[in-house]
Amino acid sequence: MTEANGQAELEVTISNVQGLHARPVMRFVDLASTFRSSIRVLKRSDGKSVDGKSPMEMMLLEGVKGTVFGICAQGPDAKEAVQALADLVNSRFGEE
Amino acid sequence: MALKRGIGVSAGVVVADALVLDTAETRVPRRTVAAEQIPHELDLVDRAFAAAAAEIANERQELSKRAGNELADIFGFHERWLNDQKPRKEIAQQVESRRYSAAYAISVFMRKYRRRFQEMASPFLQERGKDVLDIERRLLHHVGGEARQELSALESPVIVVAHDLTPSQVVMLEKTKKVLGFATDAGGSTSHTAILAAGLGLPAVVGLEDITAHVSSGDTLVVDGMHGVVVINPDASQRAEYDTQAAHLLEVKATLGELRGLPAQTRDGHTIELLGNIEFPTEVAVCLEQGATGIGLFRTEFLFLQDGPPPDEEAQYQVYKSAIEAVGGHPLVIRTMDLGGDKCHTGGAWEPEKNPFLGLRSIRYSLQHLTMFRAQLRAIARASLLGDVRVMFPLISRIMELRQAKFVLNLVKEELEESGYEFTRPLPVGVMVETPAAAICARELARETDFLSIGTNDLIQYTLAVDRGNERVAQLYTPADPSIIRLIRGVVRDGGRCNAKVSICGEMAGDPLFTILLLGLGLRTLSMAAGHIPVVKNIIRCITMTDAEKVKRRVLSFETEREVLNYLRVETRKVWGDL
Repeated sequence: MTEANGQAELEVTISNVQGLHARPVMRFVDLASTFRSSIRVLKRSDGKSVDGKSPMEMMLLEGVKGTVFGICAQGPDAKEAVQALADLVNSRFGEE
Repeated sequence: MALKRGIGVSAGVVVADALVLDTAETRVPRRTVAAEQIPHELDLVDRAFAAAAAEIANERQELSKRAGNELADIFGFHERWLNDQKPRKEIAQQVESRRYSAAYAISVFMRKYRRRFQEMASPFLQERGKDVLDIERRLLHHVGGEARQELSALESPVIVVAHDLTPSQVVMLEKTKKVLGFATDAGGSTSHTAILAAGLGLPAVVGLEDITAHVSSGDTLVVDGMHGVVVINPDASQRAEYDTQAAHLLEVKATLGELRGLPAQTRDGHTIELLGNIEFPTEVAVCLEQGATGIGLFRTEFLFLQDGPPPDEEAQYQVYKSAIEAVGGHPLVIRTMDLGGDKCHTGGAWEPEKNPFLGLRSIRYSLQHLTMFRAQLRAIARASLLGDVRVMFPLISRIMELRQAKFVLNLVKEELEESGYEFTRPLPVGVMVETPAAAICARELARETDFLSIGTNDLIQYTLAVDRGNERVAQLYTPADPSIIRLIRGVVRDGGRCNAKVSICGEMAGDPLFTILLLGLGLRTLSMAAGHIPVVKNIIRCITMTDAEKVKRRVLSFETEREVLNYLRVETRKVWGDL
């Protein structure tokens, strides 16, 4: 994780067989919303960046197994947020 | 009278007048408001969001009570979306800066947002576009910009016909209690719409392509959600037949609850094993709930149908593991990849075959792509340590293929043993009998396998030389053809002589019309889609094996499919009549 001045970032790879379907996205948004920091999710392959707490924007995010994303947080609990969200992705969102 | 075929996604037969839902996109009149009106319109926006969010939270709760959390989860996303501040803020911004009316601002924003999904190449995201349309409709309804069809004001029952239906619409239709079923142009068997229809017990046929062009409101319609058939304006005798079927199916449904815990046993004490066919691990629960005592066919194709590289051994293992955990000690038959190269090939370009159906597919493809095959077999072998797992090879057409596949499996098991895995019991191996070659040489195959499973769908196509997807000849496809019945008899006999267990897992296995015959032919294990289990079990419990054998002898004396079908209809109706 890279971190400095209330900002933290981690890279994750989607490992779900079904990719980023509706339920994982919901879980991500729910978890992100529990942190005070602002959260952004960046898709490495096309530079698309969305607000990780917004279902509207997250719904536009597409990811299949193998897609790489960067999770960025800015704020007082940035480090915890990024770690927690990365853990969620890496645990295949608790599915499978 | 016209007959249309589509994809049956929810079993049941219903007969009623058609009600064709308007397919035109709802248009909201462009309206700008005077500056003083803006606060009022902003308030309308807020209230529309709040009302829509509350409504869906309610529906979700209700649905969860009636049909479980998984179904209700389909609306989880809608709920969160409606509670998101972003869309609300952007729409409010349009009202303020452009003086749009609340309805128009919502309409413009939602349409633009929805287009972003529909324009994306991925079918994945396009499905999401449907969810967005659902949210859009709900919002517009609450802001008052749309005249909704008053379905609750219906006096007599109807069958709804539409281009497509969103999940919310299905829930709404079912609630009216006046909509008996539906038929749509679009849609597939795994869409949320289909899942909801099946979960709510609403007979439905989708993927009809152009049913809306052939039906007018008021036409008499028959929807057979099991066979994927829609009949438009049946003649009097057909109507009577379908009415009877519909009535009987309702009776059967009514005794479903009691049936669940009862064994699939004939009146004279023969127990039949009823298993389920699944495509995803999540379906195991439904099968067990419907009375299956295991899974006779776990199709693994979905793993190989996604974008990107095929899932590695670990990913597959996790999927098989979740299936075994769900099946709780019952048997689970996992079939190896059964796709054509055009669907699953990933390393480099795939030269299209002129005849993929007779080409490099299924086991042939696997045997020529050992990395992929070994990964799947390793995952299955590891999974077999967790429960009663059996592996099945599709499309086997010669003994050498079986031997090669078993060789690779044994190699894989040895490797695993070297790394410390302990196989305390043998992993049963079986073969799908779906080519005429396999059926004719069933005895040779049976000597070297633990079980044979008759895959009637492909067996019928290959044997009768018919492509059931080709409209010109589709009517020639039938399980009732004497050649098929003799083939099945032969496989059962050969398998039995060589101590291989013989089962059947094609659509024919779940078709109640053939249950008595299949039992008479000697089959004792039938594997089918969850929805068919209760009906088939019902029939089994009403007959004796003596009846079944008599039916078999009579059927074998017929020369035409027509005679076979007529006779089976009479015999099956006799049984249902006893309910």
